[in-house]
Amino acid sequence: MDERFGLARHVRLPGPLRLDGGGVLAPVEIAYETYGTLDSDGGNAVLICHALTGDQHVASAHPVTGKAGWWTRMVGEGRPIDPARHFVVCANVLGGCMGSSGPASVDPATGRPYAMHFPVLTVRDMVRAQAMLLDHLGIGVLRAVVGGSMGGMQALSWAATFPDRLRACVVIASAARHSAQNIAFHEVGRQAVMADPKWQAGDYYDTEPPAAGLAVARMAAHITYLSEAGLTEKFGRRLQAREAKSFGFDADFQVESYLRHQGISFVDRFDANSYLYITRAMDYFDLAEEHGGRLANAFRPSRARFCLVSFDTDWLYPTAESRAIVHALNAAGAPVSFVELSSPFGHDAFLLESPELNRVVDGFLRAGE
Amino acid sequence: MKLRPDLAIIADHVPAGARVLDVGCGDGELMAALRDEKQVDARGLELDPANVAAAVGRGLSVVQGDADRDLADYPDQSFDYAILSQTLQTARRPDVVLDHLLRIGRRGFVSFPNFAQWRVRLSLLFGGRMPVTRQLPEQWYDTPNIHHVTVDDFRAMVAARGIAVEGAWFLSGERRTGSAGANLLAAHAVFLLRR
Repeated sequence: MDERFGLARHVRLPGPLRLDGGGVLAPVEIAYETYGTLDSDGGNAVLICHALTGDQHVASAHPVTGKAGWWTRMVGEGRPIDPARHFVVCANVLGGCMGSSGPASVDPATGRPYAMHFPVLTVRDMVRAQAMLLDHLGIGVLRAVVGGSMGGMQALSWAATFPDRLRACVVIASAARHSAQNIAFHEVGRQAVMADPKWQAGDYYDTEPPAAGLAVARMAAHITYLSEAGLTEKFGRRLQAREAKSFGFDADFQVESYLRHQGISFVDRFDANSYLYITRAMDYFDLAEEHGGRLANAFRPSRARFCLVSFDTDWLYPTAESRAIVHALNAAGAPVSFVELSSPFGHDAFLLESPELNRVVDGFLRAGE
Repeated sequence: MKLRPDLAIIADHVPAGARVLDVGCGDGELMAALRDEKQVDARGLELDPANVAAAVGRGLSVVQGDADRDLADYPDQSFDYAILSQTLQTARRPDVVLDHLLRIGRRGFVSFPNFAQWRVRLSLLFGGRMPVTRQLPEQWYDTPNIHHVTVDDFRAMVAARGIAVEGAWFLSGERRTGSAGANLLAAHAVFLLRR
């Protein structure tokens, strides 16, 4: 039994990892999981990249909430990414709070949590840390990198940063850069965290976390994950467990109650400083900027096949963002497939059961096997 | 699997190993045949998401998009052949689409239904209503064919734009018909063009 493989793995790599912001991280801790068996030639490895508030538990129960993995609809027996034939790797991103190096980790220089002394990261830094993990696992070239939302940004960054290390790239409900609107929503969330007196400039690890601020951040973000039609269908103007309006500021409406629940349950499983660092990394993401202002240049060295999927009601990363990537891939001569799928569920659609999405990803992956 | 007759003609005349863009590729029938039988590097553009999903499901590289809007995104001369099968008559601007086709591909195949075939003429002449035939089964209000083109119309447009015709094939159902009288006799036409 190789200790490197399996659920709930953790590795401390000596580093150093040189960061885009100029800093250096050492050691680099990575919490990850693997599913399935690595082929003797190492050719069946698929890396799953998680979204902003995701984690390494892609298809295993979350240790805090006990809920099933966040992408069991995509990863598992009989699913497009199947441990029966793939060796699946999913790691908590750098800056995260589920065991990988992040602001809650202990700074070896001080013996105390980094808090806001943790270096500001980029999506490319996250990807470089994942590459270090793959070196540790003995994986040279990935059969595919697959991700949705911020996971899709990592997948794109993989293709641009390590063009020789992946054969296929699946980017779902994502974008090649953060728009002004994307940055604006993240800034609202960060300001909510920082306005909470319990935040204490990030130094709350010995006291209480800024739960109220983080809950508000989550509530605001959660709205961006849903569509207006989806919200209307799910809640409308219906009242929460009452016959009439209270003429007060309780959660009269179901949608208020729902958002409050989303906010409160989020703080149990997520570190507020991690939320600041990861949203910052996403805001800094602009793949074209990293390649002389031309997105196509990011993909020119790549020999990977690409598959992009967007959802028609996703206004966080709308179809136009995926089309811009497709345009650049065409200009770079890369083999690319793209489809806009229809769903009432907005950005969240990529996490939900979608036979069409599964069919596209399954067909795309099998074509390279 | 047997290809649709106009697609079979195109498939016969695409050389092995070519780079091909199939505009309006449907579920990828022609692309799959070209890939499997001629090791062609085929890419597709298709409007209908269900067709795109089906094509990607067969391992083809297909992008969902609209010939009228998205061909402008493709670089000049990036394919050996650009194919427009049974799509010209559905475009909002067939002339612009044709220009893009011959900009993107060094050569272009265009196939379309001939609205001057005798069945269509008789149907309009004696019926007095927009023809609904085996080849053109839709009613006037729900047909995707918004630009009714004939063999002679197409020849005239191509000549006016200085486009060279390198090959032309005509079909009546499954059968090939001659070039002479094609405007009257052919139900479908396939042209090989070069700018």
